[in-house]
Amino acid sequence: MADENSLGAILRAQGVSRRGFLKFCGAMAALMALPPSMVPAIAAALGKAQRPSVIWLSFQECTGCTESLSRSHTPTLEALIFDAISLDYHHTLQAASGEAAEAARATAMKQFFGKYLLVVDGSIPLKDGGVYSTIAGMSNLDMLQEAAKGAAAIVAVGTCAAFGGIPHANPNPTGAVAVSDIIKNKPIINVSGCPPIPVVITGVLAHYLTFGTLPELDDLGRPKAFYGESIHDRCYRRPFYDQGKFAKTFDDEGARNGWCLFELGCKGPTTFNACATTKWNQGTSFPIESGHGCLGCSEPNFWDAGSFYQALSVPITPLGKAAAIAAAAGIAGGAAIAMHNRHVKAGAKSGHQTVTVNDLEKQPGEAR
Amino acid sequence: MSDMDLLLWARGPGLQIALAIFIAGMLLKLFEIFSLGRKKDLSVPRPGNAAAGWKTVFSRSLPNRVLLKRTFPTYIMGYTFHIGFFVALLFFAPHIQLFRKTVGLGWPALPSQLVDGVSLLAIVALLLMLAYRLTHPVKRFLSTFDDYASWALTLAPLLSGYLAFHHLLLPYTLMLALHILSVELLLVFMPFTKLFHTVSLFISRWYNGDALGHRGARL
Repeated sequence: MADENSLGAILRAQGVSRRGFLKFCGAMAALMALPPSMVPAIAAALGKAQRPSVIWLSFQECTGCTESLSRSHTPTLEALIFDAISLDYHHTLQAASGEAAEAARATAMKQFFGKYLLVVDGSIPLKDGGVYSTIAGMSNLDMLQEAAKGAAAIVAVGTCAAFGGIPHANPNPTGAVAVSDIIKNKPIINVSGCPPIPVVITGVLAHYLTFGTLPELDDLGRPKAFYGESIHDRCYRRPFYDQGKFAKTFDDEGARNGWCLFELGCKGPTTFNACATTKWNQGTSFPIESGHGCLGCSEPNFWDAGSFYQALSVPITPLGKAAAIAAAAGIAGGAAIAMHNRHVKAGAKSGHQTVTVNDLEKQPGEAR
Repeated sequence: MSDMDLLLWARGPGLQIALAIFIAGMLLKLFEIFSLGRKKDLSVPRPGNAAAGWKTVFSRSLPNRVLLKRTFPTYIMGYTFHIGFFVALLFFAPHIQLFRKTVGLGWPALPSQLVDGVSLLAIVALLLMLAYRLTHPVKRFLSTFDDYASWALTLAPLLSGYLAFHHLLLPYTLMLALHILSVELLLVFMPFTKLFHTVSLFISRWYNGDALGHRGARL
């Protein structure tokens, strides 16, 4: 680890002890569900890793993702790892602005062509030629396509970049789409969440630096290590769900007793994320622990998935009108069938030949 | 279409369509049955059997001693399935939430482990019932496509619900969507298959009880 520019050297220069570094590697291994025997390999790989060039593009977003990732209270190892990557372009965090900023991006793209990591947060508007979001006079679509060409891999940070997110929500006025809707020929890792958990992005970067490969992804392109289990399955309030103990309002006895928030609209059962295990703000808590149901922010279309305050098992559209129309149609149809049957019955009745006693009288000479 | 899209469709337009077909179909069938009418029984009713129809509606839910002996497996599996199905339908917390939201009525839920066990029993009963139907020569002879379709339509929600609850086979979101869709399928076909017995059994029980009571049968 003699290399001045290696991650290990940089971390040491920033005062991170070997012990602290190994603890971080152990935590990363645990987070990524790797065996403890992998810790030395992670440490060795991370220690030797060159500062990878990272270009961060922010499109239609609220900067919440950047807030989330940069606000992990310094000095944490996550933050240092984050400092230790060569963040060559990030228009919120970089000192340069204007043409100098764009020049930095161009330089990094040229110098590290084929090797840099491209991080994207925010969705990309396609409607009306993409005029709804531009940077330095360049539409998001053009910038993404240009930057994606030389990227080794793309990390779509946040639900907007991963699935379209809030800009994509009905009626989607800007025609916003996800990164994966545009770029088809590069490996894409979706780190969804609104915002995503800081440690998840550092985990993905650590995995990439250690193995030079992308972590195992689920069917939505999210790293399985972090998005493999639902909030519901890892929720500390789960026993109350199983016992049928639910808070009915946000200030009733159930809420005060910390009972399950399912009836108040918690989307934990269909939301896959690591909130319940890694938690937020240095492991302080996560939304359900603070008394509010999960919104399902790491899932596609979470903004259009019905009310945040309606239970997952209830209809998302009103049924009264459809039911009333159906009832009217059913009654009308039934009446028509009834009329028809009555008609058939009456026809059968009038066509029925009655037989009198005389008809049955044996006529003389008639054979039996 | 992602799993979530499917779930949203199932919870939204899918449910609307299914419910509309269900309501229209049920009313249509009921109208048809009632409008057919029955010939008036002009004989003098025998005394002491005023409420024979209503009594029969309930009494036929209890086992008949002779039939119990002769078709024991049908009884045991029938009861197990029906009780299990209704416990799962009516006492699982998320289901109650659905009723509360749609019809405005709610009641306390049973612990989900209990509901889970009872649902499993219901599933096993259904599977055994199919095996019995296929192996019993008379039952097999009497069975039509309707019987097998009704069986499958009934098993689907129970099985998908069970798998969803335990996170088996498919991702939970997809399984939950399939569970809701299977219920919608059940709703759609309920008026047009033997599953219509959920309503018609009460009508026929009342009718039979009333007709028998009229003639003085001891019920």
